[in-house]
Amino acid sequence: MIPLGHYLIVSAVLFAVGSAGVFMRRNLITILLSIEIMLNAVNLAFVAFGRHAGIVDGQIIVAFVMTVAAAEAAVGLAIVVALFRHRESLNPDAFTSLKW
Amino acid sequence: MLVVIAQIVIILIAFVMLLNVAAIMVWVERKVCALIQQRDGPNRVGPYGLLQPLADIIKLIMKEELRPKSADAILFTLAPIISAVAAFAAFAPVPFGAQTTLFGLLDRPVGLQVADVNVGMLLVFAIASMGVYGIVLAGWASNNKYSLLGALRSSAQMISYELSYGTALAGVVLIAGSLSLREVVDGQAGAWFGVLPKWYLFLQPVGFVIFMIAGIAETNRAPFDFPEAEQELVAGYFTEYSSMRFAIFYMAEYINMATVSAMATTLFLGGWHGPFIPAEYGWIWFLIKVSFLLFFYVWVRWTLPRYRYDQLMQFGWKWLLPLSVINLLVTAAGVLYING
Amino acid sequence: MGETLLFYVFSAAAIGTSAMVIGQRNPMYSVLLLVASFGMMSGLYVLLDAPFIAVTQIVVYAGALMVLFLFVVMLLNRPSEDDGDWDVAHPLKRPGMARFGAGLATLLVVQLAWALIRTTRLQDAVNGTSDGSSASVRTIGRVLFQDYTFAFEATSVLILVALVGGVYLANREESR
Repeated sequence: MIPLGHYLIVSAVLFAVGSAGVFMRRNLITILLSIEIMLNAVNLAFVAFGRHAGIVDGQIIVAFVMTVAAAEAAVGLAIVVALFRHRESLNPDAFTSLKW
Repeated sequence: MLVVIAQIVIILIAFVMLLNVAAIMVWVERKVCALIQQRDGPNRVGPYGLLQPLADIIKLIMKEELRPKSADAILFTLAPIISAVAAFAAFAPVPFGAQTTLFGLLDRPVGLQVADVNVGMLLVFAIASMGVYGIVLAGWASNNKYSLLGALRSSAQMISYELSYGTALAGVVLIAGSLSLREVVDGQAGAWFGVLPKWYLFLQPVGFVIFMIAGIAETNRAPFDFPEAEQELVAGYFTEYSSMRFAIFYMAEYINMATVSAMATTLFLGGWHGPFIPAEYGWIWFLIKVSFLLFFYVWVRWTLPRYRYDQLMQFGWKWLLPLSVINLLVTAAGVLYING
Repeated sequence: MGETLLFYVFSAAAIGTSAMVIGQRNPMYSVLLLVASFGMMSGLYVLLDAPFIAVTQIVVYAGALMVLFLFVVMLLNRPSEDDGDWDVAHPLKRPGMARFGAGLATLLVVQLAWALIRTTRLQDAVNGTSDGSSASVRTIGRVLFQDYTFAFEATSVLILVALVGGVYLANREESR
C-alpha cells in the first residue's frame, strides 16, 4: 500500500532534477535530456493520479505527452545539428548573436 | 510449491535452449554455407564436425582479451553485456508450448513460457529495441572509425526497420484482438475446411513477408548486415572485440535470430498448433517451425549478396513502410467488415 | 511488502540516475543514464497497473528517442562539454552562480512539497479506490479513439509538422 503522496514526491523531485539540469548544464544535448526528465516526472504524476481515481485518462495524456516529446526531440536535435554546423560548438552561450 | 519449481525448471530449459541454439547454429551456419558453396565444411571435430562449436568456444576462451588503449573502459565492457541481456530477455514472453500439468503432477496447469505478460507482444518489441544499444555502444566505445561507422549504420537501420516491424505486428494484433502471445497462439488453433490450418500466415501473408524482412534487418543478418559488413568495415562494430566478448556478440546475434523466428512462429505460423501431434507435445511443432525459419535465415544469408546502404534505406522507407501501412489499413477494414 | 520495496528501489534508482544525468559532462553517459532512468520509471508504471504505458515508455523513449539522441551525440562526436572563450565573460559563469541555481532547484522541491502537503487524500493508497483491471489496453484504445479523437488527430498533424521541420532544419546546409 503506497500512498499517492509518495508517487507525487518522486515526481516532484524528478521535476526539480530536470529543471536544475536545464539551468546548470552548458551543453545543448544535456539540456534537451533534462527537458525529457521533466516531461517524465509529469507523466508519473499523471499516471499516479489516474490510477488513484480509477480512470485511464491519466495514461492517455501520458501517451500524448510521449508523442509531443518525440516531436520536440526530433526538431530540437535537428536545430542542435544545424547550430553545430555553424559554430562547431554545443555550448548555448556560443549562440548569442541573433543573426549571422 | 511444485508449480513454482516447475516454473523455474521451464525458465532454465528456455535459457539452456537459447544457449544451445547459438552453439548449434554456429555449426548449421558453417555446414549449410559449405554445402551451398559445394564444400564439405567442418568435418574434423566429431562426426560430421558436430563438435566444432565446442572447439570454437574453447579457442575463443583461450584467446587474449584485448581492449584498445583509447577505448572507453566502462562502455566497452558494458556493450556485450547489454547485447546478451537484451537477446535473452526478449525471449521471455514467447510461449513455446500449450499449458500442461506434466501428466497430472501439478495441481494447476502452467504454460510453457518464461513469463505470461498481457502486453507480451509489445514487450518483445520493446526489449528487442534495446539490443541496438549494445551495438551502438560497442561501436562508440571502441574509438575506431570502422566501429563507429558500423554503429551509426546499425542505429539508423534498426530505427528504420523497427517501424515496419511494429506495423506488421499491429496487423496480427487487429486480427487476434489481444496483445498476449498466448492468446494469439490460441486464436490459431483448428483448421479451415478441416485441411488448412488457421494460421495468421494465410490472413496476413503480406504482414508475414514484411515481418521476416524487417526481422532480418533487425538482427543485422545478410543481406542487411551493414553494421559488420566485412568487406567495407573490417568487422563493423565488433572490430576491436576479441575472446569471450566477441563470442558474446556472436551468441547474441544467434539468440536474436531465434527470438525473431520464435515470434514469427507464434504470430503467423500457429505456434505450437499443428496436425498429427497431440496438444501436450505441441512444443515439437514449435521446434520444427522455429528450426525451419532459422534454416531459412542461413539460406538467405548465403544466397543473397549485400545491398548498398542507400538501397537499404530507400527500400525500408519507400517500399516496406508504405506497404506495411497499406497492409494495416486493409486488415483494419477487413476486421471491421467481418466483426460489424 | 514486496510492492513497497520495489517502489522504493525503483524511485531511488530513477532519481539517482536522473541526478547523474545532469551531473555528467559527457553527453554519451548522460544519454545512457537517462535510458536507465526510463527503465526505472517503467517499473514504477508497472506498479501503478499501467503495463501499456510501461512498455510504451521503453519502446518510444528508450528504444527510439534515446537512440536518436545517441545518434546525434555520435555524429557530432564532441565527447564532453567545452568551455570556450565566450564562456568566461558570461554573467552566469561567475562563481556561486551554479550554487545559486542549485539553491533555486531546492526551492522548487520545497515549493512543490508545500503544495503537495496541502493536497487532500494524499495518504490514500494509490490503488485503494479500484482494482487495476479498468486500465486494459482495450479500455485505453476505446477512450483514446472515442473521447480523445480530436486530440489524437491533432497530434498526428503535430508529428507531420515536426517531421517536415526536422528534415528542413537538418538538411538546410546542402540545399543552399
